[in-house]
Amino acid sequence: MVTESNIIEVQNLTAAYGDFVILDRISFDVHHGEIFVVLGGSGCGKSTLMKHLIGLVPPASGTILLDGQDITTAVGTEREDLIKKFGVMYQSGALFGSLTLEENVMLALEEFTHLPADARRMIARMKLFLVGLERFTRHYPSEVSGGMQKRAAIARAMALDPEVLFLDEPSAGLDPVTSAGLDELILNLNKNLGVTFVIVSHELASIYAVADRVIMLDSKSKGILAEGPPGDLRDKATDPAVHAFFHRESQEAAG
Amino acid sequence: MNFDPQTRRLVLGESLDAGVVAEAWSRLGTMSGAWKVEAASLIKVDGAGLAFLWVLGREEHVRISGLRPEILALLKPFASLPAHPAEEPDRRDSFFEQIGRVSWGIFQDVRDQIAFIGEFSVMALRCVAHPGLVRWRDMWVTAQKAGVDALVVAGMVSFLTGMIMAFQAAVPLRQFGVDIFVVNLVALALLRELGPIMTAVVLAGRSGSAFAAEIGTMTVNEEISALRTMGLDPMRFLVVPRVLAGFIVTPILTVYASFLGVAGGFLVMMTQGFPFAALWNQLVSAVGVTDLMTGFIKSFVFGILVAGVGCLRGLQTGHGATAVGESTTRAVVSAIFLIVVVDAVFAVIFYVLKW
Repeated sequence: MVTESNIIEVQNLTAAYGDFVILDRISFDVHHGEIFVVLGGSGCGKSTLMKHLIGLVPPASGTILLDGQDITTAVGTEREDLIKKFGVMYQSGALFGSLTLEENVMLALEEFTHLPADARRMIARMKLFLVGLERFTRHYPSEVSGGMQKRAAIARAMALDPEVLFLDEPSAGLDPVTSAGLDELILNLNKNLGVTFVIVSHELASIYAVADRVIMLDSKSKGILAEGPPGDLRDKATDPAVHAFFHRESQEAAG
Repeated sequence: MNFDPQTRRLVLGESLDAGVVAEAWSRLGTMSGAWKVEAASLIKVDGAGLAFLWVLGREEHVRISGLRPEILALLKPFASLPAHPAEEPDRRDSFFEQIGRVSWGIFQDVRDQIAFIGEFSVMALRCVAHPGLVRWRDMWVTAQKAGVDALVVAGMVSFLTGMIMAFQAAVPLRQFGVDIFVVNLVALALLRELGPIMTAVVLAGRSGSAFAAEIGTMTVNEEISALRTMGLDPMRFLVVPRVLAGFIVTPILTVYASFLGVAGGFLVMMTQGFPFAALWNQLVSAVGVTDLMTGFIKSFVFGILVAGVGCLRGLQTGHGATAVGESTTRAVVSAIFLIVVVDAVFAVIFYVLKW
């Protein structure tokens, strides 16, 4: 359920590697319970933005508030508590190859809770069931397909019942049917568990299927080119680059 | 949470989160017979709470009442979760299967090594016939990394070994008044055996492992497959430059390390009051050309061995990050093992040749 209160507030964020500025003073909010998609062409800073949002890379300037707390300055237990509020699915899945899918999910539970092994295993089984992998709990990541690895990565990201799930290119490298299955899973988790999603993607079909709201980043202006529901951007956008993106036109055609 | 075994009633509080469940989970096993669970006050559950409720609900003799619709909705997706996990096939091998697997592994490894030697030999002969096939740039870069960059560590190890040997030998030999023979001991041991072996071990640790890790990572990332599908032979692209670099730098490093080792011995003897000229004369009378040659010849073989095994282990890498680690370990262990085996073979050959 989408509420107007913000779970993430980004204010005047500048992302840069050395002198090379990638995003210049961008601001946006993510509401509680919504599916928020960051989109844009290759190299426009989508993944960089996500790395900043999850606190992996400190911003050059600006603030990132997660549930009212600044992730860029949080340290110690404050940071640990903040980290528990979100889960991340990396583009490649990034599952630990030496652990089974079940052990991958159980890892965070083992570290951050005092639950007995039985309970941890049961929770891991339920999380993997949610992503349709209940029969593969004892498999190693190398023994399952790429799509399954991504779903297992979502299950791992959900281990501590985070309020926000960050997904980096969930559809990349998946066939349309598997990709649609993943979209369904995202909608399901959003509807049933109220999880807020921040998804980095440039798969149009996927964006139309799941997104409540999108922002489109631009590599030229290093800022946000458009913001709103994907249907509105497709039908009403006047900016040629936004129009080209949503109508799959080449840059030359867009002028 | 109120747990009453007398009346067989479990009254849940407002919250059922990981903290509450951590304490309550052990009680699940004690709840035999008909139990009533009252959940009217329950407002907040997390994944652990849902697992607790689901396990309770799975038991036929437990009746849960008063669950709020929001929490029922959270449990709904798990309606079709099977009560117990499917029986996993037992992956553990029996004793005989383990013996079979290990034997088969050794057999396959020997076969791989023979195939590797064969493939490498064919490619090496082709490169001798057509030197243009060798990627010389890669070769020189590898030679620099494996050779020039190893000068300090190989030199230090050998120098200190020479010093230690001289120190250790000087005391007992002095009791017999023959401490000048320390020179014979240090020089012969270093030039014939320790110099080549220690240099090869240093090379295995520094470069053999690096080759295995580098090629192993390429294997994991499917770069080796990409090379093959582009019609480029990994043997020519990756193995030949590295083995050639090993072949060139190992003898040079060995001579350098052996020289420094003897110098270390000399230094200790000079602090004991021996003049340099006396030591030098003793060295010249003790060491013959064959002594120099034995170490030198061996070092060529060790160089090929260390570099070749490093590359082979890299190419044998399986899947994932752990596989790269395993390959690296295997590269170093196999190289050291083979160095000792080959050294033993050389010992027999030189004995027969009376060198």
